[in-house]
Amino acid sequence: MCGGTIMMNWRSRLAEPRSLFLAPAGLFLVALFLVPLAILLYYTFLQRGAYGGVLPAFTLENWQRLVDPLYAGILYRTSLVALVSTLICLLLGFPLALFIARAERHRNLYLHLVMLPFWTSFLVRTYAWMFLLRDTGLVNTVLQATGIIKEPLPLLYNYGAVVLGLVYGYLPFMVLPLYATLERIDKSLLDAAADLGAKPLQTLWRVTLPLSAPGIAAGCVLVFIACLGAYLTPDLLGGGKTILAGTLIQNQFTNARDWPFGAALSLSMMALVVGMLYAGIGRRKERLL
Amino acid sequence: MDAALGLQGLSKRFPDHLALDGLTLEVPEGELFTLVGPSGCGKTTTLRLIAGFETPTAGDIFLQGQSIRHLKPFERNVSTVFQSYALFPHLNVRQNIEFGLRYRKQADHSRVSRLIEMLQLAGKEDRLPGQLSGGERQRVALARSLVLEPKVLLLDEPLAALDPILRKQVRTELRALQRKVGITFLFITHDQEEALSISDRIAVLNRGRLEQTGTPREVYLHPKTRFVAGFLGPVNWVNGVGIRPEATRLAHQPPDSNVKSIPAKVEGSLFLGNCLHVETKLSSGEAVVAEVSRLNGVFERGQDVHVWWHDHDELALPPG
Repeated sequence: MCGGTIMMNWRSRLAEPRSLFLAPAGLFLVALFLVPLAILLYYTFLQRGAYGGVLPAFTLENWQRLVDPLYAGILYRTSLVALVSTLICLLLGFPLALFIARAERHRNLYLHLVMLPFWTSFLVRTYAWMFLLRDTGLVNTVLQATGIIKEPLPLLYNYGAVVLGLVYGYLPFMVLPLYATLERIDKSLLDAAADLGAKPLQTLWRVTLPLSAPGIAAGCVLVFIACLGAYLTPDLLGGGKTILAGTLIQNQFTNARDWPFGAALSLSMMALVVGMLYAGIGRRKERLL
Repeated sequence: MDAALGLQGLSKRFPDHLALDGLTLEVPEGELFTLVGPSGCGKTTTLRLIAGFETPTAGDIFLQGQSIRHLKPFERNVSTVFQSYALFPHLNVRQNIEFGLRYRKQADHSRVSRLIEMLQLAGKEDRLPGQLSGGERQRVALARSLVLEPKVLLLDEPLAALDPILRKQVRTELRALQRKVGITFLFITHDQEEALSISDRIAVLNRGRLEQTGTPREVYLHPKTRFVAGFLGPVNWVNGVGIRPEATRLAHQPPDSNVKSIPAKVEGSLFLGNCLHVETKLSSGEAVVAEVSRLNGVFERGQDVHVWWHDHDELALPPG
């Protein structure tokens, strides 16, 4: 015990210059994340240039515009779409993760299958959905050919299509953390619950679900943040009628040529996410105390 | 009256081996009955079959005369104290103890407080299992099962996770608890001393088969097989006759002619405080160990002595 402690001190002080290990990633993050973030924050207090860029004149107007019902509405709808997508991911992902965690064999195969879509380009996969869902797409063609419908169903360019695309894209982010916690649950706890008279669904509700709470939280945070910031999926599957935050921000920097407002939108989204994370962590700490 | 628990020709075959091979036994009502045997003898499999976590390949299980073979674990009126205790880490002591009560039609909640009191858990009701000592966790596991008043309480090496000093103390407490609650305990251990000290009755298992059942005294003093004799304690084998070291006597002078006696040479002697552990070698070359009182004299390496014993101390194994 004593020798071990000495060894560890010796290691951390001499053999492992830990601050040096931090340097590569640290420098990278400071140069390419913190500095740009500071520039972004600086831009939010400036006025827009006529052809993009910024004019060095102080204003709070960009922040004030965030409460404009038009933009607040978009932020609200974006949160709602992200929330619904996250919940659907949870409902689909939990049973799947549970199935994999309880599988007697082939667990790695199942996990690889879950991750398989990552091996092709996200853009290509999103386009594939467009080919499936559009009026002359596979789904509508088949349904019409079999006489089930006369007119093509409006499957593309609406919130439903966006949620579908988001769930499809981010489901693995839900499944993997859920699997990690479910797999770690001591099997004897499930035996104990059955032994004490709990039926399988009661065991799921009173033992498995509470013990997988960290995985549920991690999966939901990952998926929700990814959905909130998604740009490609809402833009391609949602079309022009369903503007979400990602598209709105992109618009400010391109068509609208309003960099300061785009910067304010970006930072407010980030503040939203960070705020929610801290609220979650704070509540957890309280519970532990 | 039916036995609390009956096993009939119970067998379990796993893909790679036969874990249990036709076990038939009866556990009398209200007794502390112990299954003992080396690891891999099938004792844990037996317990998992009774609890319902495994399905038997053949045979049947009876609880007070009723077959429970086809019942699911949550339908069986038995309860298990797991080796790891398997307490729910997210529930506090009281919630753990109350876990099973909501699945009973007539749940008597006053029993919870009585058991908390009886098992010295008062004042710790709000703690999580992670904040308890090993002994306290074990008592929570006991309370959680006992509160359901099972017909049989199954205990899977419940003392193995405790440190050796605590283990002996808890063993006595467990015995007293069983007498107090009057519930039939089926206890599993690989430790023969533990089995002998706490049981009303013992079943010795070896390689999935039952070797012998009986009271601790019966199986220790009258083992039916060489395996039982050797598993429950050391044995000196002299000309095919077994004598326990504590029944093996030593003398410097030839003893009376009416006892069996063989000349031997002392090979070594260990002073153990309450006794001497003397290793001797017979002229035939067989090694014989005697545990003798230090009051019997001094035995030192190289001394010529006489090993002797009474006929009634011989382990009478059936021929074969």
